[in-house]
Amino acid sequence: MPQPPDARPADTGVIHDIGYRGYTGPRLGRAYAARSLFTQSLRAAYGLGRSGKSKVLPMLVLGAVTVPAVIFVAIAVALHRDELPVEYAGYLSNLGLVISIFLASQAPVLLSRDLRYHTVPLYFSRPITRTDYVRAKFAAMACAQLLLMVAPLLVLYAGALLGGMDFAHNTGQFLYGLAAAVLYALVPTSVALVIAASTPRRGFGVAAIMGYLAVSSTVAAIAVGLSSPGTGGSDATQWTALISPNGLVEALVNEAFDLGAGFDRRHAPGGLGLVVFALVAALMVAGSYRLLLRRYRNV
Amino acid sequence: MVLAAGARYVEGVSTAVIKTEGLTKRFPRVTALDQLTVEVRPGVVGLVGANGAGKSTLIKILLGLAPATSGRGEVLGLDIATQGSEIRERVGYMPEHDCLPPDVSATEFVVHMARMAGLPATAARERTADTLRHVGLYEERYRPMGGYSTGMKQRVKLAQALVHDPKLVLLDEPTNGLDPAGRDEMLGLIRRVHTDFGISVLVTTHLLGELERTCDHLVVIDGGKLLRSSSTASFTEATAVLAVEVTDLPGDTVADPGAAVRERLAAAGLGVQSEGPHLLLVRLAGEDTYDTIRDTVAELGLGLVRLEQRRHRVAELFTDAQDAQDAQDAQNTQDDEGGTDDAAAS
Repeated sequence: MPQPPDARPADTGVIHDIGYRGYTGPRLGRAYAARSLFTQSLRAAYGLGRSGKSKVLPMLVLGAVTVPAVIFVAIAVALHRDELPVEYAGYLSNLGLVISIFLASQAPVLLSRDLRYHTVPLYFSRPITRTDYVRAKFAAMACAQLLLMVAPLLVLYAGALLGGMDFAHNTGQFLYGLAAAVLYALVPTSVALVIAASTPRRGFGVAAIMGYLAVSSTVAAIAVGLSSPGTGGSDATQWTALISPNGLVEALVNEAFDLGAGFDRRHAPGGLGLVVFALVAALMVAGSYRLLLRRYRNV
Repeated sequence: MVLAAGARYVEGVSTAVIKTEGLTKRFPRVTALDQLTVEVRPGVVGLVGANGAGKSTLIKILLGLAPATSGRGEVLGLDIATQGSEIRERVGYMPEHDCLPPDVSATEFVVHMARMAGLPATAARERTADTLRHVGLYEERYRPMGGYSTGMKQRVKLAQALVHDPKLVLLDEPTNGLDPAGRDEMLGLIRRVHTDFGISVLVTTHLLGELERTCDHLVVIDGGKLLRSSSTASFTEATAVLAVEVTDLPGDTVADPGAAVRERLAAAGLGVQSEGPHLLLVRLAGEDTYDTIRDTVAELGLGLVRLEQRRHRVAELFTDAQDAQDAQDAQNTQDDEGGTDDAAAS
């Protein structure tokens, strides 16, 4: 609230009395407080409400995942193709690295910062409980990831429909893409959050998450690539996807929705593989959630 | 100042803001709180104790953040074991440690903390502007907090504790790291939180001197046990003594003038203690005490060099407590000797 200059004392160190007004309005309680924390964290993941510098990376990543989608649409429309040059779900796995960068850089923003600057105990002096805190942060990071992936999917879908491509096919594929996006927003995110919550140092968090995600997917990718190309007998190597959250989701989605093609197609091996992969994914999310709850129990 | 503070503290009229009964907190290796039974009434109340006395543990338990091992407690009439969320909605907390993210502005941060306390967005903005002005932050509130001085950071921490207009604020070592001027301003602010804002304050510190000036009531804990809980005035008034310094008798340097004065004053029913050949400590019983001393000294024909009130500091409390037994012994010895009183024993 700006004041007229003459209302300000010459010495700003002096506290001038304008009278205290109490607050008699509504107090919206714990659920509202938890929602506020969710909103604030979601905004923080994109650098909103923080310094200008912290907006750079999230916005760059958002651009990096959306611009290729625009280009694909432009190419398809210009060449009068009746189909997009990429699958919706496949588009996400191709951009896995960029999405991992976002996750690795922003998960510590949500968790490590609060630990580093000791804001966590302050939050716990408010109506929310420790469980509320974990849920709000988890949901915020998952939603930030989801938004990042839904944006290019929407570009592809809108482009396809505007370009007069088949509605039913594109809608189906778009929904598969959405399902993949939800899984990508849950499985790798949950693991990244556990890592981020274990260190108050943002740099360590970023490096550890990026290291884990990149190394595990590279190992899994190399294992699949080394297997004899083009044959169905390389299913054994597909199990390596279990060590990589990103590979796990990609394999699960490809097998469940019968997507993907080519010799390095990642897929859960058979019906048993599908069940195991789905279970491991669920375990990763649930286990990470439990670990996070335990992490904050004694803060 | 202390007298005025005492008068504002309404004893026995309003209900307790904090009440504990046999509150005990044991950690595997230490007992942080041991059967603590205390009642805190509205006002500015100092929670005093050395480092590790259990102050922070008590605050954590009062906020419903850690369960007590045994015993029960109430804050604003709400049970600490079951109504933690409700308590935290009505109570503000200023932590001892730094808690401000450096890349966020004070406004942004305090608005967020207001919403975290349950205030709707518009109200949160209005209250933030008001509160930051009340704690003395102006244009700088739009700058990232990383560049703030310690004094400014303490103000933001206080603001976030007050922004939701709580009924009670718990301030943990609010003057930590401040220079003397900043310390005075913070103490003044704390005083205003109660007198002008009508918010009860529980303030912890291990520096006793500053609490005397600010608090109406002091709760002293040591080793998790309640040492004493009473009004600040009673801490300082009860032990008020007069220092009396007299000259030698003119032309007679051998006689002990102090002893002569002491005898006469003791006969007049005053508590007297010798501090040296010429210096006496006389317990202040009332306005008459001054007259008695003046008359006594005049009658003996001595010169009165000095007559000043020597107020005992709360800081002496801990030494007193530790030396309570010694003091008692000393007093007994003195009683045996000549019915004098140990002015320091309280």
